[in-house]
Amino acid sequence: MSFLLPCPNCGPRDVDEFAYAGETTERPQGTPSPRELASYIHFRRNAAGVQREWWYHRFGCELWFLAERDTRTNEVLKTELPSTDAAGSPTPHEPATPDTPAV
Amino acid sequence: MRDIFRTRRMWRRRGELKPRYDVVVIGGGSHGLATAYYLAKNHGITNVAVLEKSYIGSGAAGRNTTIIRANYRTPEGAEFYRSSVELYEHLSLDLDFNLLFSQQGHLTLAHSDRAMITMAERAEVNQLLGIDSRLVYNDETARLCPELNLSDDVTWPILGALYHPPGGIIRHDAVVWGLARGADRRGVEIHPYTEVTGIERSNGRVTGVKTTRGEIACDTVISATAGWSTLIGDMAGVPLPITTHILQAFVTEPLKPFLHVIIVSSQMHVYISQTDRGEFLIGAEIEPYTTYRGTSTFPFLEYSARHTLELFPQLESAKVLRQWTGLCDISPDYSPILGLTEVDGFLISCGWGTYGFKAAPIVGTTLAELVATGRTPQLIAPFTLERFYTDTLVSELAAAAVSH
Repeated sequence: MSFLLPCPNCGPRDVDEFAYAGETTERPQGTPSPRELASYIHFRRNAAGVQREWWYHRFGCELWFLAERDTRTNEVLKTELPSTDAAGSPTPHEPATPDTPAV
Repeated sequence: MRDIFRTRRMWRRRGELKPRYDVVVIGGGSHGLATAYYLAKNHGITNVAVLEKSYIGSGAAGRNTTIIRANYRTPEGAEFYRSSVELYEHLSLDLDFNLLFSQQGHLTLAHSDRAMITMAERAEVNQLLGIDSRLVYNDETARLCPELNLSDDVTWPILGALYHPPGGIIRHDAVVWGLARGADRRGVEIHPYTEVTGIERSNGRVTGVKTTRGEIACDTVISATAGWSTLIGDMAGVPLPITTHILQAFVTEPLKPFLHVIIVSSQMHVYISQTDRGEFLIGAEIEPYTTYRGTSTFPFLEYSARHTLELFPQLESAKVLRQWTGLCDISPDYSPILGLTEVDGFLISCGWGTYGFKAAPIVGTTLAELVATGRTPQLIAPFTLERFYTDTLVSELAAAAVSH
């Protein structure tokens, strides 16, 4: 059986309603070397354990949110909205998100 | 006479691990065993241990849908798989073990103009490399597979197909057992239920592995662990651009044989063949989220059954016999990652995603050559891990977007 994912807006829904957008990544700071940039783009931790990741409620309220899920059991520990700063760009607990402006 | 009913062991049961091997292969699946087999056969390197955390062939090697083909999209990929199909064609003879390889032909259906263009491109690339592959229209598709529903009264009518006559199916367990027996006879040690827990390094090179059954010293470690590659890479300090997803398949109860080609539809994410036992073997697409949990899902069964019935309405009352999943290691460009890493003596075969099984013999020969000579064979040079750092990807998305 696939699993339920609690949307912060809509509550627990079938995971097939959502689009998975990958684990959270950390954008390199300053002026990254090509190698650092390639590493940021392509390489993933692919954790076997609790992973912090992006989801999008594609067939629902179209909300982007973060989840913590154990990839060994698919148990979802929590879901939450990314925190935003005054400018409205997300600054979640882990520093980087796909939307963080380029430095 | 009594002898013919006696079960013989395919490979010897080995005792304790030796303190030292020249080469340790992690993963007792088709890639690991093929590498061990060709190390012994082609290069006389027999002080080799294959370590498998479960039983031999328990991972992707025993869970795939057994399709062999070479009609890939990139010249690098197509050339590579052509060599693999050629090796598979002679593997039964080579291993002295019947692998039940049936080159019945492979049809990739196109349901849109865009898909027809992609199929035409693939046919062009294939023909340039001498691979038997061409575009066919519905009159010929009907001759090749009269059972297929070619009517317009469906969600996605079929416009044409990419026909690949050498494509076929093979008995996947037999491949694993045959390679294991061949390796064992040449002196390779096969150790099931031996899990690797760490990889020892000093000065940037491999010096040994830790296992649940003791420590081993070695110069070369080859990881052939598919969905678990990231975890083995972590032990060696080698980051990988891999994400782990589940891929699912199911079989129906055995039916009278009527399907004599492999039918693939990228549009409907389904691929169908009928096994020698008469079961319809149906596979689909990976789940989009990463996971290490190998539990089957009901939505998969629902949609793949629905799509199969569009193509074969006559299966309406066939019962599903069993369903299973396997872990896939998906790379960013859908091409494999093969060969050397930045840690000396640590070699990988991963990133195969959903189609590693069809590459087993060529991975075995090329990796064995790399270990024996220290030089990367030309055939696998485009697939190094380094390509992700230099951004020289080999995009195989067009041919691998549906997994089979």
